[in-house]
Amino acid sequence: MALERDKHVAQRALLTLDEAQLLDVYRKMVTIRRFEEKAAEMYTKGKITGFCHLYAGEEAVAVGAIQALYDKDYVVSTYREHGHCIAKGAEPRVVMAELFGKETGISHGRGGSMHLFDPVLRFMGGYAIVGGGLPIAAGLGLSVMYKEEQEIVACFFGDGALPQGAFHESLNLAALWNLPVVFICENNFYGMGTLVQNAISQEHLYKFAEPYKIPGVRVDGMDVLEVYGAVTEAAARAREGDGPSLIEAVTYRFRGHSMSDPVEYRSKREERIWLERDPIKNLRKKLLTERGQDEAHLKEIEAEVEDVIEDSVRFADESPEPRVEDVGKHVYVD
Amino acid sequence: MAEISYREALNQALREEMDRDERVFIMGEEVGYFGGAFKVTDGLLAVYGEKRVRDTPISELVIVGAGVGAAMGGLRPVVELMTVNFGLLAIDQIVNHAAKMRYMFGGKAKVPLVIRTPQGAGHQLGAQHSQSLEAYFLHCPGLRVAIPATPADAKGLLKTALRQEDPVMFLEHESLYSVKGEVPAGEHLVPFGKANVIREGKDVTIVSYSKCVYDSIHAAEALENEGIDAEVIDLRTLNPLDIGTVVESVKKTGKAIVVYEGWKTGGAGAEIASQIYEVAFDHLDAPVERIATLDQPIPYNKHLEKAALPSPADIVKVAERMM
Repeated sequence: MALERDKHVAQRALLTLDEAQLLDVYRKMVTIRRFEEKAAEMYTKGKITGFCHLYAGEEAVAVGAIQALYDKDYVVSTYREHGHCIAKGAEPRVVMAELFGKETGISHGRGGSMHLFDPVLRFMGGYAIVGGGLPIAAGLGLSVMYKEEQEIVACFFGDGALPQGAFHESLNLAALWNLPVVFICENNFYGMGTLVQNAISQEHLYKFAEPYKIPGVRVDGMDVLEVYGAVTEAAARAREGDGPSLIEAVTYRFRGHSMSDPVEYRSKREERIWLERDPIKNLRKKLLTERGQDEAHLKEIEAEVEDVIEDSVRFADESPEPRVEDVGKHVYVD
Repeated sequence: MAEISYREALNQALREEMDRDERVFIMGEEVGYFGGAFKVTDGLLAVYGEKRVRDTPISELVIVGAGVGAAMGGLRPVVELMTVNFGLLAIDQIVNHAAKMRYMFGGKAKVPLVIRTPQGAGHQLGAQHSQSLEAYFLHCPGLRVAIPATPADAKGLLKTALRQEDPVMFLEHESLYSVKGEVPAGEHLVPFGKANVIREGKDVTIVSYSKCVYDSIHAAEALENEGIDAEVIDLRTLNPLDIGTVVESVKKTGKAIVVYEGWKTGGAGAEIASQIYEVAFDHLDAPVERIATLDQPIPYNKHLEKAALPSPADIVKVAERMM
C-alpha cells in the first residue's frame, strides 16, 4: 500500500524525543501488547467475559498520539480502548480488574472492557457506539474554549465511524467553532469484517478533512514516531487556537474484531505482511540500530513489563466482586 | 406576584441561572439571533453574547453530544432542541450516552446537562411535528424528566434542573408558551418528584401533566356542575415520579383516570396506572382509566387532529361512567 505521508515528520519526532521518552514509549507499547495478550488468555480461561476488543498491532497509534499530549489534555476513545487508557496513564491492574468485572476496576466493574473511564487521568471514556465519542470530544473542546483554558482533546475512532453522521456533524461543528480537537482515525481496514472500500466512498480517509476546511494528514500508524510527529503538530495548532485536525493513522489489528471473531474475511498472506510491520519490532530495531540502546536494557524493560502484567492478573483475580446489593448504585448522582 | 407567560417564565429562569452561574450557557438551533423558534431565548443573546448563547447548525446529534461533553468538562449546558420530533436524531447521545455515563463509568462521571424541548400537538403541524414522546425518556433510567404545566412550575423546575447533577429532559408544550400565570419573582425553585394537587376532590382522581392538566381542570369544572367532585394532580416530573401523592388521593377517591398526550399504548399513563395497581389495588372501586392520544400518527386536518387528541369531554365522559 502506498502511503501518502510526510517522511520528515517521523524524522523530526526522532530528534525531539529524548532517550528517556523513547524508552517510555517503548515500555508503553510493550505493556499494551502484553496486556492484550494476557487479556486474550484470560478470556479463553473464562476470567473475562462479554465483548473484548483487542488493540494488538495498533499500539503505535495510541502511544504515539498520547505521547504528544500533556497530562491535562483529554482523551476520548472507543470500545477498543485498553491501549489508549494505559497510554494515558492508567495502571494495567485497574484496567485488568475492570475486564474481570471487579469492584477495584477503573469503572468499578460496571463498565467492562468497552467502558473504561478516569477523569483524573482525563481519560474520558470508552464508548461502544461507533462514532459516539466524536460529539463528546467536540463538547469537551467547547468546555476548554469556554473556560479559556489550554487543554486539547484527542479523539480516537476507527475507520468504521467515518460513514456515521456523528463524524460529519462533529467535524463540521469543530471546524465551525474552531474547537481544540485532534480527530484521530485508526484505519485498520475493517469495520468489523467489512473492508473499508466496501463501506466508504472516499479512498483516502484523511481527505474527509477537506470539506470541513481543516488540515488532514495520513500517517503510518505502524510507526510510533510518525504518529507522534503528526499529533504533535496537530496538538500545537489546536492549542494555539487554530482549530481541529484530522489524522488518519493506517494500522492493522493483529487479532479479530473481538475475541469471538474467527477472522475469516482476510487472508493469511495479508496478515503475514502486516505482522512483518509490527510497530513494536520496528521501534525496537530503531532503538538498537539508530539510538544506541543495548539489547540487555530493552530485555530489562520487557521483564519489568512482564511483572506488571502478571501483577495485574493477580490483582484482578484477588479483588472482590462488586456487592450485589450495590447493583443500583450510580444510576443517578442526586 | 407578577402574571407572566410560560415562555417568559422560562426566559426568566434562564436569565437568573445565567446570572448566578457562569458555567450555564445555551446552545441550539435558532436560540440566538432568531430568539428561539418559540422565542423562549428571546433577548438573551444581547445580554450574554455569542459565547453563552450559541446558534448551532441543524445537527441534533452533535448539539446534544457536545452538550454531554461540555457537561463532562465542567459546564452546565442548556441544549435546546427545536422540537422533540427533531430530538429523535439525537436519541443516541441522549439514551446511549448521557443516560448511561454515570453508571457505566462506576459513578465517576457526571453529566449535568439540561435538554429543553417543546412537544405536543394542536396546531395542525402534521404527523412529524406533533408528537409527545415523554414515554421514550421516562423509559430510560439515568434521565430525569421534567414536564411543567404552569408558568410558575416552568420557572421553578427549570431552575432546579440547572442546579442538579443528572441529565434532564425538560419537556415543554407548544400550546402552553402563551399561557399566563402568577410566577414568583427571583429565587423560585420547584423540587423534582413532588406532584401538585391542583384541585382537591373526593370522588375521582385525575392524574395528569403538561397541557392535559388544563384539560383535566376544565373537565373537573364541568363535572362539578353534575355533582362529581374531582381531584386533579399535576405530576410535574415523571422521573422522579411522585406516585405517593397519587396513591394518597386514590385511597380517598377509589377511582383514577390518567390523562396524557402521548400515545395510549406504552405511554406514561400505562406506567402510572400499573403503579397505582401495585400499591393501591385494594383501594380501587373501578379499573384505572387512561385517556390519551389515539394510537396513530397525528393528522393534519383540524377535525381529525382534534379527534385524535384527548379532550375535557373525553375525561368527563369517562368520569361519569366510573361513578
